[in-house]
Amino acid sequence: MTLAPDLRRVLTIAGKDLAIERRAKANFNAVVFLAATMLLLFGFALGPDAAALRAAAAGVLWLTVLFSGSLAFNRSYQTELEEGALETLLLYPGSRKSIFAGKLLANLVFILMVEAILVPMAAVLYGLSFGDGLGGVALALVLGTIGFVTMGTFYAAMASRLRAREVLLPLLLFPMLVPLLVAAVEVTAAFMGQSPFAPTGRWLTLMAAYDVVFLLATMGAYDFVIDD
Amino acid sequence: MDTADAINLTGVARRFGRRWALRGITMRASAGESLMLLGRNGSGKTTLLRVLSTSLAPTRGAGTVLGHALGRSADRIRPLVAWLGHDPGLYGDLTGVENLRFSERMRRPIDGSATRDGRIAGALERVDLAAAGDERTRGYSAGMKRRLALARVLLAEPRLLLLDEPYASFDESGIQLVNEVVRAMREAGGCVVVATHDRERSAEVATRALRLEDGLLYDDELGAVSSRSAVPGVYA
Repeated sequence: MTLAPDLRRVLTIAGKDLAIERRAKANFNAVVFLAATMLLLFGFALGPDAAALRAAAAGVLWLTVLFSGSLAFNRSYQTELEEGALETLLLYPGSRKSIFAGKLLANLVFILMVEAILVPMAAVLYGLSFGDGLGGVALALVLGTIGFVTMGTFYAAMASRLRAREVLLPLLLFPMLVPLLVAAVEVTAAFMGQSPFAPTGRWLTLMAAYDVVFLLATMGAYDFVIDD
Repeated sequence: MDTADAINLTGVARRFGRRWALRGITMRASAGESLMLLGRNGSGKTTLLRVLSTSLAPTRGAGTVLGHALGRSADRIRPLVAWLGHDPGLYGDLTGVENLRFSERMRRPIDGSATRDGRIAGALERVDLAAAGDERTRGYSAGMKRRLALARVLLAEPRLLLLDEPYASFDESGIQLVNEVVRAMREAGGCVVVATHDRERSAEVATRALRLEDGLLYDDELGAVSSRSAVPGVYA
């Protein structure tokens, strides 16, 4: 990527995607509603035991983010396909990596906004008090979300031209997220005070490494998956 | 603009699965030419335009567009080419102005906003959409969407313009507008390829007619079939 012009293209694409989302709102509302419903249902399934709810909270939070957030990724390419905009988008000058980076940035902002609603909701429903661990939970959410969004944006591009994309995306995406999910749950639980002796430093390193490796790998492979 | 070959293809073939959409296209076109590309549905017209636009890479064969090799130098070709396809390529939740602004920011990311907005206003005026520029394009008619897509093409100031069924959805003034754009482009030394079923309309501005049949190209010279090209080993 030629940095200055392509960086501007990244911001242009992210701004466009977020503007469309702000106008339509349908996607954000649907994702937040699904997430809230999942938190409630998990709560009912776990029963009224407050200790059990707190112990499961980190896992429930991350599964809710993953399942509801994956709805957002298909949508980010759906807007390109509705009136044939993808073909036009691919013919603009500059690196196609800027398209990926722009969509990734928009999805990252989107999922972080969903989490900003979801975390307080989970705190109320599951009786969590973060105390000193709030910064650590925020760090875990940011690192986990970067990896999640990177993979989601990439696989959504891969599935975008397929008829069964809604089904294929989670099938492709979720197995790849297992190491990230395990690390994210461990770190989040530790900072929530549920597993105080967990080696958070190692898990955080794993999450950061996952983010860097897959960010570079998906950037490198994007040109091949987006080509017709 | 120079008068070197705008398009120079040798034996270009393109396959989708087991079907060959193009079976060996050899053609040349110079700057200042306007080619009318005729052919039945499924004859390969859109595929040929997509290959020229770099949207599709040839399966076999080689060629240059505006002096740059297809495939290898696609990055250099894209800034010089504009494409108007079947779909308008717009975002329904953005206004007409916002759609054009997005396109301009992608093409010319370092231009100032004042210059950009001035150019956009001029382009909207030219396609007679100035009054509807602030409306979301979801509410536009099919013809208005095509006009806006044409404005996007005008703003691109390409050296090779690829139009796929450009007369579709247009009223009489829209059809005239398309032909004015083609004429202006030719006079400025650009090259235009128009894939169309509307031979009569396109003939008003075409300098040469080509016909595609089953992935093979015939040079009609606006009437007579003169040549046929095919790549050995590529079969229907």
